[in-house]
Amino acid sequence: MTPGWRTDGAPPPARWRVARAPLQLLVRLGGGIFVLWSVATLTFFGIRLIPGDPAQAVLGGPGSQASAEALAVARAEYGLDQPLLVQYLRQLARFATGDFGTSYSLKTEVAPLLLAQLPGTLLLAGLALAVAWLLALTVASWSTRGGRVGDWVGSGLEIVGAGLPHFWLATLLILTFSVGLGWVPPISTPGVPGLVLPVATLAIPLAGFLGQVMRESLLDALESPFALSARARGESERGVRRVHAIRHAALPGIALSGWAFGYLISGAVVVETIFARPGLGRTLLAAVTQRDVPVVIGVVLLVALAYIVATAVTDVASRALDPRRAA
Amino acid sequence: MRHSPAPGAALLSVTNLRVDFGQREVVQGIDLRVAAGECLALVGESGSGKSVTARSVLGLAGSGSRVRADTMELSGRSVLDLSARQWATVRGRDAGLISQDALVSLDPLRPIGREVGDALRLHTRLTPTQRRARVLEALGEAGLDNPEVRFRQRQGELSGGQRQRALIASAIALRPPLLIADEPTTALDVTVQAQVLDLLRGFKERGIGILLISHDLAVVAEIADRVAVLSNGVIVEQGATAELLSSPTSAETRKLIAAVPFGRPRGVPLSHAARMARPAGEEVPRSSPRQDPPALRAVGLEKRFRLPGGKSVTAVADVSFVLEPGRTLGLVGESGSGKSTTARLALALTPPDAGEVTLGTGAWSRLRESERRPLRALVGSVYQDALSSFDPRLTTSDILTDALWKPGRSRHGNRTREVHHLLSTVGLSPDVLTRRPLHLSGGQRQRVAIARALASEPQILILDEPVSALDVSVQATVLDLLDELQRELGLSYLFISHDLGVVQHMSDTVAVMHSGRIVETGPTPDVFGRPSHPYTRRLLAASPRLPW
Repeated sequence: MTPGWRTDGAPPPARWRVARAPLQLLVRLGGGIFVLWSVATLTFFGIRLIPGDPAQAVLGGPGSQASAEALAVARAEYGLDQPLLVQYLRQLARFATGDFGTSYSLKTEVAPLLLAQLPGTLLLAGLALAVAWLLALTVASWSTRGGRVGDWVGSGLEIVGAGLPHFWLATLLILTFSVGLGWVPPISTPGVPGLVLPVATLAIPLAGFLGQVMRESLLDALESPFALSARARGESERGVRRVHAIRHAALPGIALSGWAFGYLISGAVVVETIFARPGLGRTLLAAVTQRDVPVVIGVVLLVALAYIVATAVTDVASRALDPRRAA
Repeated sequence: MRHSPAPGAALLSVTNLRVDFGQREVVQGIDLRVAAGECLALVGESGSGKSVTARSVLGLAGSGSRVRADTMELSGRSVLDLSARQWATVRGRDAGLISQDALVSLDPLRPIGREVGDALRLHTRLTPTQRRARVLEALGEAGLDNPEVRFRQRQGELSGGQRQRALIASAIALRPPLLIADEPTTALDVTVQAQVLDLLRGFKERGIGILLISHDLAVVAEIADRVAVLSNGVIVEQGATAELLSSPTSAETRKLIAAVPFGRPRGVPLSHAARMARPAGEEVPRSSPRQDPPALRAVGLEKRFRLPGGKSVTAVADVSFVLEPGRTLGLVGESGSGKSTTARLALALTPPDAGEVTLGTGAWSRLRESERRPLRALVGSVYQDALSSFDPRLTTSDILTDALWKPGRSRHGNRTREVHHLLSTVGLSPDVLTRRPLHLSGGQRQRVAIARALASEPQILILDEPVSALDVSVQATVLDLLDELQRELGLSYLFISHDLGVVQHMSDTVAVMHSGRIVETGPTPDVFGRPSHPYTRRLLAASPRLPW
């Protein structure tokens, strides 16, 4: 894209813009904090609904033979003997200062533990998003070129892709490309080859979703009156796609990407477990099975935060790309 | 200099053009010739094949089409059997297209300057600076004010007239010798339409050839040198404009001329069918002025809307009018004048910020919605876009059955007889009952919309641009229908339109709206014959009409 295309004509009056921008930011920030608070609250109470004693979890999980005295000590140490409301308020106060507590099972601080796992999962999700976009755009633009057959094949691929469950797709990919062909390792070893299958597992279903909306708007754009005027100016079919249609196709894809990011992180739970890949997802699964409440809440809050940031980024991106939304 | 080719040279010459989409041949062997400095108008009803013809000569007939001709030349060069690549070099250079849908014909995501500059980018080796200069020049030639500002703006930031001018600029950027204008003014207000026609006339005088596609003979009469009348893919009549319009020989041409409402008094039928039923010249019995209370009265209506950013705009200010029972009050004005807001206020769909609407029966806008609901049956409405006012999944039968429901009746009772009665009232045959709105023609859809409005047996109909989306000849049949219904059922109409001809034909009294206010009101012959407000005079001057 050439520089300068973003310059809007008729900017809103300066006064208006100055007054609005911080206000919008504040509203957005307030909304984000509200979401984080709701998530923390829901998780805190939700996790109490799982049967079993949290003190038991502190002392080595459901299987351990902890004595009554040991359980009492653990309860006192972690504040589990306090009324639920007190525990809840104490926890909120700690969150406000950035203290996520100590893991019951690992006995280490939660915050550094999660921060160490974050980059791996972000890398996985980010790559999957990029690959999904690439796949979706390729299928969408190829299938809108090929007449009725292309249309048929394209929408078929997208529907099948969007319907694939992660665990099934992962198994299929492992059986084909690791066990059968031996091209890539079946578990996620460090380095590029180990990333191929996890990324593909997350990217293919997402590409199905993205492809559906992008192909639709690509077709709309290609048949729109402005595409006709472009052709009448002497624009080639390729030019109409490159200059006009592709941006119209990308808009709904971008809008969907904020949601897609959340979808990828939740998908990471399955994928990281199947491919034995360290990351937030696997940490979350382990924490839930061990009733490690501080870690669970920490992961959930982190994911919520990532989700809020992703939505904000897609919002800014679609405003930048679509001047109709900027005003 | 390609801008001023030798007068008389053929810029477009086609013989025996045939276009088919599989089984259906929509253009069946027509000949066209446009010379430099000449405007040929191709007129006909929708579906006559005129738009397909215009696109075919640019190789844009669309997918699934087959275009054949004995000869087809642009600027003396054959364009039969061109490859896609060769077509791309011809389009924009030998002929520019000003397409239908002026309001959405530029990419909403790209600045105008880029859209217009594309033609130069594709066909010339000009540097970006030279391109910019030429684009600014073209914007100026198309009559856009502040080309420097427009250059950076996008379609969404421009008004309808500005968009059409920008589109024209993109068609003339390369100075093509021929312009193909497909319904260039259909979506525009009359004053803007007049300016655009002026602009096209100016191009013609400078030696550019124009192929004008239109269904509106009044527009054609303003600018065309020759007219070809198209019907079912065949040219049924062709000749010099004045001659053809004053002494038409084919039935199709006569039908199109008769359908133009401008200057035809109230009650004179416009469509062929209605004229057969009631020969022209026969005195139409009009109800004499009554002493009854008005059907609907508006006093001092005001409506403001808040804009993003805290400011507010006054859409309707101090609007008062009286709708006499059994009569038509025409509300005329350009887009943004507050007509539709007035309609919503009259329907009590939105509360006024000041003033009041009352019905003959008493309070209306002041009532609470729960009190108003039983009275809603008295006031029906018909809108411009019938299609989007229907649930697309319902059949005509469902739509009308739903509309016949009244409080206290079962939702699923059998109302076949009533539905059939409604259909015959609006002149539709029962075979539309099983069809969905999408599969009805524009005229049929509007008739279904009218039938739906009549289902509750209203006394008042609010008609908001009821015929603006229709062809002149279809418009004629719908206007005749409305006229007939009013006489038979004693309905009162609030008739809203931007089209002065239509309003003049339909209304007993007229109110002219401008910037949210009624600037002039009175009996129709007075307002149209001796307009007192300068704005009314300007509107009248801008309206295209047949020259006699």
